[in-house]
Amino acid sequence: MINKICPSPEEAVKSITDGAVLFLGGFINCGFADDLLDALYAQGTVGLTTISNNPSVGERGMTRLLQDGRISRMICSYSRKPGTSLIEDLIDAGQLALDIIPQGTIAEAIRCNGAGIPGFYTRTGVGTPLAKGKEHRDFDGVTYIFEPALHADFALVRALRGDRWGNLVYDKAARNFNPVMAMSKAFTIAQVDEIVTPGELSPEHIITPGIFVQQIVRSRKT
Amino acid sequence: MNKLSRRQIAWRLAQDIPEGAVVNLGSGMPLLVSDYLPPDREIIIHSENGLLGIGPKQTGPNPDMNQINAGNVPVTLLPGASFFHHADSFHMIRGGHIDISVLGAYQVSEQGDLANWSLPQGEKAPAVGGAMDLAAGARNIFVMMELFARDGTAKLVRQCTLPLTGSGCVTSIYTDIAILDVIAGHIHIREIIEGITLSALQAELDIELVVSPALSLLRAPALDE
Repeated sequence: MINKICPSPEEAVKSITDGAVLFLGGFINCGFADDLLDALYAQGTVGLTTISNNPSVGERGMTRLLQDGRISRMICSYSRKPGTSLIEDLIDAGQLALDIIPQGTIAEAIRCNGAGIPGFYTRTGVGTPLAKGKEHRDFDGVTYIFEPALHADFALVRALRGDRWGNLVYDKAARNFNPVMAMSKAFTIAQVDEIVTPGELSPEHIITPGIFVQQIVRSRKT
Repeated sequence: MNKLSRRQIAWRLAQDIPEGAVVNLGSGMPLLVSDYLPPDREIIIHSENGLLGIGPKQTGPNPDMNQINAGNVPVTLLPGASFFHHADSFHMIRGGHIDISVLGAYQVSEQGDLANWSLPQGEKAPAVGGAMDLAAGARNIFVMMELFARDGTAKLVRQCTLPLTGSGCVTSIYTDIAILDVIAGHIHIREIIEGITLSALQAELDIELVVSPALSLLRAPALDE
């Protein structure tokens, strides 16, 4: 019997070791796998590289990891954390390296990773400082830059419901980067608010087919 | 001279969004446009975090923070709305499926270059978000800005001195003083507010304005701030 259900967030993140590279689903503060990130914090893992849209803006999860200096490199499109100078302070202290990538390029570069595509050409960023050092190539008289696929060891995603096969559905705009990251080659751990039996999710409505998910764990009751 | 307020610029821009258009509103000033969409037109608002068919802001004490726009504002949905993931959202943007992207700007050049993400000293914590994707991919870029910065320098320039977001991408510029269109490397003035002459405005700018044959007065109703 296929059973990807993990008893607790602590159990789910045990295989994440120091120096791991993580895809973190979420946008602003919506759709982050905060129970998994808090378990990672409690576990004491250090030297992490994160790939996410932004540092989450809540008190939990990514914020705790950043405050405690556990994240040494952050790859994102939007690095500001409103109301705090945490990111600037970490950079000043030499504790955080930062890479800025346009939001759509992050999404497509992760999609490439899961789809077995080494990268893609895009017009996004052409003529801007972010194109510096990148391969430029013309197609039909239009200039594009090459953006390589992004790679990670683990994807920590948040969904609304899932089953023991790993099938997932999401909650409204909390979907954001989560399905794209789940479908990557990374080891995907999904935090879901509700676990249902296989067959309860309509095959027509499943957003992430279970083969992309390696572990699934239920959110803590709040 | 009666300069338009930010809300009046938003109102004026909204009048130029046609029936059936798919529109992305950047965070900050462009989000004001959603308050003034003509009620007799069906306009599909896209948000890069995975929503199409956004309606007015949510009201009431317990907003659903899993239903936000890209500015973290909880929003309602119109009948026919949909959710999708980020790769699909930027497939729409990069692939030219968005008709109009409304963006703020620090500078716009005569060639339609846009600078809206980084100041000259650079930021320690930069924030480009989806602006470069929108600049490169949306079919039309409507910029919304004050024509002059607080220190009086023009934001409409011969060449951008700030780091670019996109090159040659701006279609139209909606400001507190005039509405301008970028056509083949020239800035055409379409509307100007009452109380300032064309020559007085021209004298404040480093670029040569082309006067549209249909030049008219830029007006907006009084609006609650």
